[in-house]
Amino acid sequence: MNLQSVCIKWLCVATWLLLACLAPLQAKEAAPLAEDPVLEKRLIHISEELRCLVCQNESLASSRAELANDLREEVRKLIRQDKSDSQIKEYLVTRYGDFVLYKPEVKPLTWVLWFGPFLLLVLAILGMAYYLRQRQGAQTGRPALSDEDRRKVQEILKSGDAP
Amino acid sequence: MKKFLIPLGFFLGLVIFLAVGLNRDPKEIPSPLIGKPAPAFSLDTLDTNAPKFGPQDMKGKVWMLNVWATWCVACREEHPVLVAFSKANQLPIVGLSYKEVQPQDEPAGKKFAPQEKLQFARDRSALWLNRHGNPYVLSAMDLDGRVGIDYGVYGVPETYLIDKEGVIRYKRVGVVTPELLQSTILPLVQKLNAS
Repeated sequence: MNLQSVCIKWLCVATWLLLACLAPLQAKEAAPLAEDPVLEKRLIHISEELRCLVCQNESLASSRAELANDLREEVRKLIRQDKSDSQIKEYLVTRYGDFVLYKPEVKPLTWVLWFGPFLLLVLAILGMAYYLRQRQGAQTGRPALSDEDRRKVQEILKSGDAP
Repeated sequence: MKKFLIPLGFFLGLVIFLAVGLNRDPKEIPSPLIGKPAPAFSLDTLDTNAPKFGPQDMKGKVWMLNVWATWCVACREEHPVLVAFSKANQLPIVGLSYKEVQPQDEPAGKKFAPQEKLQFARDRSALWLNRHGNPYVLSAMDLDGRVGIDYGVYGVPETYLIDKEGVIRYKRVGVVTPELLQSTILPLVQKLNAS
């Protein structure tokens, strides 16, 4: 092994080490999207359950509408003020109505929404049970053949046999 | 015969539900602000020399708050209706210029200073009102849209009727048409003025 090849080898190692050291630095330079990851996490958690009013099928978390952007900024501000999730939702509901909630509160006004489908299901089961019972009743209620009937049948069959 | 009517009944029920549901405008969301006091604010107006404006300045009057912007296309359709309506002198119309300065208006890579932003918005709004007519007694400048959020604005133009006590009585999302003025807004204004 001559001196030159040793030098190249060490140069390679040094370069590799330098790159390895720089890599995390560079990763840091491409700053994380959010300044405060905890806050962003809560923001996403809250805004996923809120509707964007401009594009109504999108959540506030995923919408790119400008209003959604403003409202997310508003929610961030409220989080920094140590408001609870329900306080933040309340803030938006007083301005935009229950419509912003993907999961509306259970209250008399929304009972139909929450319990209506189950009520329909129960009604359907009851209706079905009633219908099946009636049908079954109709079948078993058919008069069975009496001894007299059987005798008559035999007679008819026999007379039919006779030439 | 009777059995045949049962599915028909179900079907008709479904048709009625769909007919009502599909003919509704999903953009029209009932505002929770109706019957509540108009949220307070204090904003600069279009007029450089005028003091700041807030809804408390209109106490004792029935008035209309119209949210608009020069970049709003539907506002252009609505504007002549408002100009004509303002000439009838039925009630004062206050403009709320909503986020007049859009991100694309700012020079690339630079943000307007607050004063620059206000100046830009005033200049462009004044120009627009000169060209299309000015129905407003004044126009408050909601540059960052914060007041808009308090009023539940989600689609410009929006129009509010506010009574003498400062309570919001009516909200319209979208264009105010002559028919709407005649059928809904004017009767309500007269009722509110009488009380």
